[in-house]
Amino acid sequence: MGISRRDFFKRTATIAGTSLLGSGAIAHAYEKGGPSIFSKGNTANRKNWKQWEERKKAPAPEEPYSVLIDTTRCIGCRRCEWACNEWNKNPNKPIKEFEASVNQKKSVFDNVRRTHAGTFTVVNRYISSKDRNPIYVKKQCMQCEDPGCLSACFVEAFKKTAEGSVLYNPSVCIGCRYCMIACPFDIPAYEYYEVLNPQVTKCTMCYDRITKEGGVPACVEICLAETLRFGKRSELINLAHERIINNPGKYVDHVYGEHEVGGASWLYLSSVPFDEIGLRTDIGTTPIPKASNGFLFAVKMFEIVGAWPLVFGAYYAISKARNKHKPSHDTSSEKKGEGHGAKH
Amino acid sequence: MAQNTNTWFREKILLGMTPRDYIISNFNVPNLIAAVIVGLGVAVMIYRLFFGLGPSTNLSDTYPWGLWIGFDVLVGIALAAPGLALGTAVHLFGMKEYHHFVRPAILSSLLGYIFAVFALMFDLGRYYRIPYLIGWSWGFSSILFLIGWHFFLYINICLIEWAPALFEWLNLRKLREFFSKLAIWATIFGVIIAGGHQSALGGLYLVAPAKLHPLWYSILLPVFFLLSAIFAGIGMVIVESSITHKIFKRQLKDFNEAEYNRLVIGLGKGAASALFIYFILKLFDLAHSNTWGYLNTPYGYWYLVEILGFVLLPAILFTHSARKEKPKLVQFSGFLTAFGVILNRLNVSIIAYNWYLPTSQKYYPLWSEIALSIGVVGMLVLAYRFIVNRMAIMHEHPDYESVH
Ligand code: SF4
Ligand code: SF4
Ligand code: SF4
Repeated sequence: MGISRRDFFKRTATIAGTSLLGSGAIAHAYEKGGPSIFSKGNTANRKNWKQWEERKKAPAPEEPYSVLIDTTRCIGCRRCEWACNEWNKNPNKPIKEFEASVNQKKSVFDNVRRTHAGTFTVVNRYISSKDRNPIYVKKQCMQCEDPGCLSACFVEAFKKTAEGSVLYNPSVCIGCRYCMIACPFDIPAYEYYEVLNPQVTKCTMCYDRITKEGGVPACVEICLAETLRFGKRSELINLAHERIINNPGKYVDHVYGEHEVGGASWLYLSSVPFDEIGLRTDIGTTPIPKASNGFLFAVKMFEIVGAWPLVFGAYYAISKARNKHKPSHDTSSEKKGEGHGAKH
Repeated sequence: MAQNTNTWFREKILLGMTPRDYIISNFNVPNLIAAVIVGLGVAVMIYRLFFGLGPSTNLSDTYPWGLWIGFDVLVGIALAAPGLALGTAVHLFGMKEYHHFVRPAILSSLLGYIFAVFALMFDLGRYYRIPYLIGWSWGFSSILFLIGWHFFLYINICLIEWAPALFEWLNLRKLREFFSKLAIWATIFGVIIAGGHQSALGGLYLVAPAKLHPLWYSILLPVFFLLSAIFAGIGMVIVESSITHKIFKRQLKDFNEAEYNRLVIGLGKGAASALFIYFILKLFDLAHSNTWGYLNTPYGYWYLVEILGFVLLPAILFTHSARKEKPKLVQFSGFLTAFGVILNRLNVSIIAYNWYLPTSQKYYPLWSEIALSIGVVGMLVLAYRFIVNRMAIMHEHPDYESVH
């Protein structure tokens, strides 16, 4: 684990400093942020899964897609949040209320927010360590190349599509919420307030839009600041590196999401180190499933290979015990009687 | 016919009393307390089923797993390892002198697993879909999938191991013989299965390297969980037998104290070796991942409390009491060990999980979560007592000779 203590304290300070800490558990702290934790009956994930099942036979794109987020361009208008809610039929408010936050003294930006049952994406505000200016950072499912959520699920409710989307199938999910443990970006949310049919909810990279000719995600389409850019993953990675090279000193020399936990479909550019804008830098480049695969393999090997000597050893022991036992059964039970007589 | 079932019911269920006498005989303070505890637990269960997880727990999107997983499942299964520990010792290593510890141990494993799974049902969002796991949608790459299957198999194994006692009680000689013969195979299979899932429970957290505190996160987590399940299992056998030997004394007619103490000390030695191995592995792990720096932080102090106070200390106490032949001290160390494992599981699943969050954003259980968990423990204890009072668990059935 390569985090130095300094990093840790810095990060903790960022989180603590930018949150209005309500009383008690995190759920309560977030309640103030909006009613989205109470949201239920999400339809977007189911719809996208259905489309994927129908499209199975359709030709795959030559290359997976990506979205590049250039955080230096984001103006914090939160229109992407509005558009995402609108398209995915999540609880929504008039777009004006989203746009207003950036100029309000007290706003949602006072909290570091995360995704919730009725919110697939949020924009957070951080203060730049370079020039004290605000930096706005959009957060949503990263659509990992080798997703932790997918490998964790014990009923295979997730699927990484050829387009790059990681989709969730609510019709098999049992609701163990292990996918939420396994996601290194803390993305999947749960409909805790749904009684009978709670689901996991998360961004789909608008699978239902990008599979259409010329379709781009709803959040990308509405972004006027050109913060978000949709395209082929390899092309966007090249573009990101070009921007870094062509603007010396503007960006840190790293494309977040290119290699993190094995790579992701969403990519970020930033002017300050990524851990200062809420993107964890301590998650490494090894895909999350790699951490569990080795163990699974070991258990299976043990159970298949290691089991046989155990079984034969036991069989041998029994037959030996039987041969010894038979002629002297009386004495042996007598001995036992002496020992712990009470139990006989 | 009705008369027959009546006498059967009276003999088998009411311990030969009339229903009225039976109720009166059970009307006492401990039972009233148990009734309140279980009643409250059941009330929370109903509340959970009708109002959902949101209102009945403090779970959040950041803390998807709380007390019901951390305590009911992780702690519950670790403490339900007596069957594994003693089954192996007696059936595989041929330590026959421990055979009368086996039936209580198997019963506590069986009930431990059943109630852990029962409690888990309330944590699952869609509990009614649990059969999907067995027969419908298989996630082979998931550690949880492995665990689900192993639980399912292991409960069946425990049932087979427990079946002889059941059929002695029901006086079904043929079936009892049949299951007695199966028992040894069930034990072997059980060792493999239990070893697999005890370690897999630790494996669950392998996917959370960035969320679990570096002092607790380790690629050796599965090994740590397996080893600690073994000393938890032995610790629980010591704890349980010291309790049950007091409570069920009348079932043990001529109880031989010296012999019993000798065996308990032997158990203590076993636990001590497991504890020492665990402690040394923990040191290696610290050195390997080079996380010494964290020791001098609040989490580090807490880690030291766990490792020194509840691993090293009981290990030393066990060794000392074995040398000085102090059975009472063994019992105390047994408690210490079991408590240490509880602490460890809660540390991994709750306290050191999302460790970088400020305290005010951390999860703590809602009263209802605690009430449900305690209610389930209450049910387990009542079920244990119900069975021990009726079946030949603590002693051997007079009509049946020992199979060992
Ligand atoms: S970010 Fe999380 S939810 Fe999204 S694909 Fe990756 S692991 Fe899954
Ligand atoms: S909550 Fe649902 S989707 Fe997530 S791991 Fe469990 S069964 Fe799979
Ligand atoms: S890609 Fe679609 S689902 Fe994801 S954040 Fe953007 S609008 Fe929402």
